[in-house]
Amino acid sequence: MTLTKKSETPPATASWGLAAGKHVPWEYASAPESTDHVQIRPEYGLFIGNEFVAAKPKRTFEVINPATEEVLARVARASTADVDRAVKAARLGYSQTWSKLAGSERAKYLYRIARIIQERSREFAVVETLNSGKPIKESRDVDVPLAAAHFFYYAGWADKLEYAFPNRTPRSLGVAAQIIPWNFPLMMLAWKIAPALAAGNTVVLKPASTTPLTAYLFADVVRQAELPPGVVNIITGPGEIGMDLVKHPDVNKVAFTGSTAVGKMIARAVAGSEKKLTLELGGKAANIVFDDAPIDQAIEGIINGIYFNQGEVCCAGSRLFVQESVYEPLLDKLKARLSTLRVGDPLDKNTDVGAINSAGQLAKIQELVASGIAEGAEIFQPDCRLPDRGFFFVPTLFTGVSQSHRIAQEEIFGPVLSVLTFRTPDEAIEKANNTPYGLSAGVWTEKGSRIFKMAAAMRAGVIWANTFNRFDPTSPFGGYKESGYGREGGLHGLAAYLRLDA
Amino acid sequence: MSPRTATKSRSRASVLEDRPMSPLATSANGTSADRIGVRKTYKLYIGGAFPRTESGRSYEIFDSRGMLLANACRGTRKDIRDAVRAARKAFPDWWKKTAYNRSQILYRIAELMEGRRDQFITEVQAAQGVGRRRAMREVDAAIDRWVWYAGWADKFSQMVGSVNPVNGSYFNFTVPEPTGVVGVIAPEESSLLGLVSRLAPVIVSGNAAIVVASESRPLPAVTLTEVLATSDVPGGVVNLVTGLRREVVPALAAHMDVNALDAFGVAPSEAAAVEESGVENVKRVVRPPAAGLERYDWFSARAQSPYLIGQYTETKTVWHPIGA
Repeated sequence: MTLTKKSETPPATASWGLAAGKHVPWEYASAPESTDHVQIRPEYGLFIGNEFVAAKPKRTFEVINPATEEVLARVARASTADVDRAVKAARLGYSQTWSKLAGSERAKYLYRIARIIQERSREFAVVETLNSGKPIKESRDVDVPLAAAHFFYYAGWADKLEYAFPNRTPRSLGVAAQIIPWNFPLMMLAWKIAPALAAGNTVVLKPASTTPLTAYLFADVVRQAELPPGVVNIITGPGEIGMDLVKHPDVNKVAFTGSTAVGKMIARAVAGSEKKLTLELGGKAANIVFDDAPIDQAIEGIINGIYFNQGEVCCAGSRLFVQESVYEPLLDKLKARLSTLRVGDPLDKNTDVGAINSAGQLAKIQELVASGIAEGAEIFQPDCRLPDRGFFFVPTLFTGVSQSHRIAQEEIFGPVLSVLTFRTPDEAIEKANNTPYGLSAGVWTEKGSRIFKMAAAMRAGVIWANTFNRFDPTSPFGGYKESGYGREGGLHGLAAYLRLDA
Repeated sequence: MSPRTATKSRSRASVLEDRPMSPLATSANGTSADRIGVRKTYKLYIGGAFPRTESGRSYEIFDSRGMLLANACRGTRKDIRDAVRAARKAFPDWWKKTAYNRSQILYRIAELMEGRRDQFITEVQAAQGVGRRRAMREVDAAIDRWVWYAGWADKFSQMVGSVNPVNGSYFNFTVPEPTGVVGVIAPEESSLLGLVSRLAPVIVSGNAAIVVASESRPLPAVTLTEVLATSDVPGGVVNLVTGLRREVVPALAAHMDVNALDAFGVAPSEAAAVEESGVENVKRVVRPPAAGLERYDWFSARAQSPYLIGQYTETKTVWHPIGA
């Protein structure tokens, strides 16, 4: 590999390819995924006790497509009384049916759900992309298959709980309040609901207010699977409705995925109660590239690490640490690769980077990027034409970033990479751990012993070696430090939904 | 009602005249009438040293009959900060020791406690106002608890770790790692067994601890630190602050460099405040039992568990590609 030779700056076009050793700009023909088999209802009520019901008082709010700013549907805005109604339904579902059902029977319901998600996968993928702005290839190939896999995995645990925790008698907790974010709406729903139900709990789930549509589509699945009423309840509304749910006295378990700031509010709200709490919060992951790394592979990993899902990923590799000796060649390649990313219509099967989820999130990204420029970092953005409508942001990287810059400290939750450098492994460890977060980290090197040294030294819950942003239902996921506590996935994810007394 | 106020109100009058009468103030081995006993100064234990509190203040410790046993250091926020710094410094080396090594060191604690068994029995008896047989039982259980946890050091991660069969070509495994710096608010009543039951599962995995001793019964805890200092437990792995809980617990609970808090020994009425002050840096807080500790049985099998070790660990998952 000739890393010493500086490669050419790519041509300033949206797309380019290689032909006879020369860069030749070329365009992709658009390949939009069809939406005609998808029916989004004009209005969705709250899903309580297996029925769609209007909020009391009857209020609704708009849900839009962030790529077009068009209204997709109106959904019910729950009131405090509706929260109570949902918790009561969940309690009834728990005491009357779900807690009395044999684990083997719960398992079969969960297997049914997994199968129906698979059967309706294209519909889920399209609705997810319409509502969240994420590229169809990601919702189709990552979000929806992983959601089905989570149900399939936890289904198998439902009748094997006594084998999971030696010398303990696992018991369900009761009603679980679950609040999920807008970046992986269906996948987060699956990560929450599947283990909760397998463990014998019933749930009240509140999806993010910008992305409730796949949750309500899932409500249809619940009915198709003929789950007993009250086992799964879904309510929508603003953040304060989520807090009402967290504070409800008849809730036994709170699970939250979202920002660290909101996570702390929730932790304060449950302090002193007997509610079991798990938090999956923000991150500012280090992605560390050593000079012996397979550079081309690393480039793909860096791109996947920060531009996957527009960087709206809590475990995104937002801080790139490059060993100084390979900094220049790596950066050249990275900029060239960045220039090939196709930004635009999320429904287009070619699209790499879709729409930012909301105007508010776009403004936050813009504000942090402006701070990066103001604090003296050097910005690089490929020349790329954004759609006229919708919330889009050009994939961006910053060089000359120092540890104290806001773009190196704060979670941006957007397609923005901060590039820093290091000389020795110890310096990389020191810098990588210099953050209040600790969700994930990446290490790129050909040296096996170094991988394990770095993996052990990173104060983070998930370490990707020569890969990034991999997820699996069998693999525990969650953070250290201010990235939260508790795990989702695997045996460890089950523990979060059980009382494990002797 | 805290035990401290109970003992103190009974004892006020007798402070000075009763001084030489407590069993700890003189030698337990019997002091002849013509010899003046040598008293022990009960100090803090921070970073492997025995400093006095920076406050320069002490408070009186009485036995159950209201006799003065000793003056204990009235620790402060500054002492807590010093202890946290010492713990943070000690944590990486303690964690990096092999599990086999940590196992032997915990076993060593038991060995040295056994050698001081009589002293601990006398102190527990005096602190808790129990008979010698009961004190003996508590001390023996405390020693055995170290032995029990010593054995977990190199077994625990096999129990809670896993190799995960992910859907793809990756070697994927999960291991527990110590959370880091852990605050332990010792149970108020059970001065030695309660403390050991909460401390051992914290340090066995590689955490460093800051212990706030029982307020009314801190003396056995101080003597335990003298054992720790000579048991190959590196300085700073366990730090002890004595004092008034209302003064030191909030400082520990809110400290931004403390990663987890064992609030099992906190009164249920104070649990919410302690838990809340730990939120700012997302502390892992182990809550007290809802019913309180009055009826808690420290001798029961439930009082020791590998799952307690797990409460002070983080779960790390590593993905490694498989390929030629």
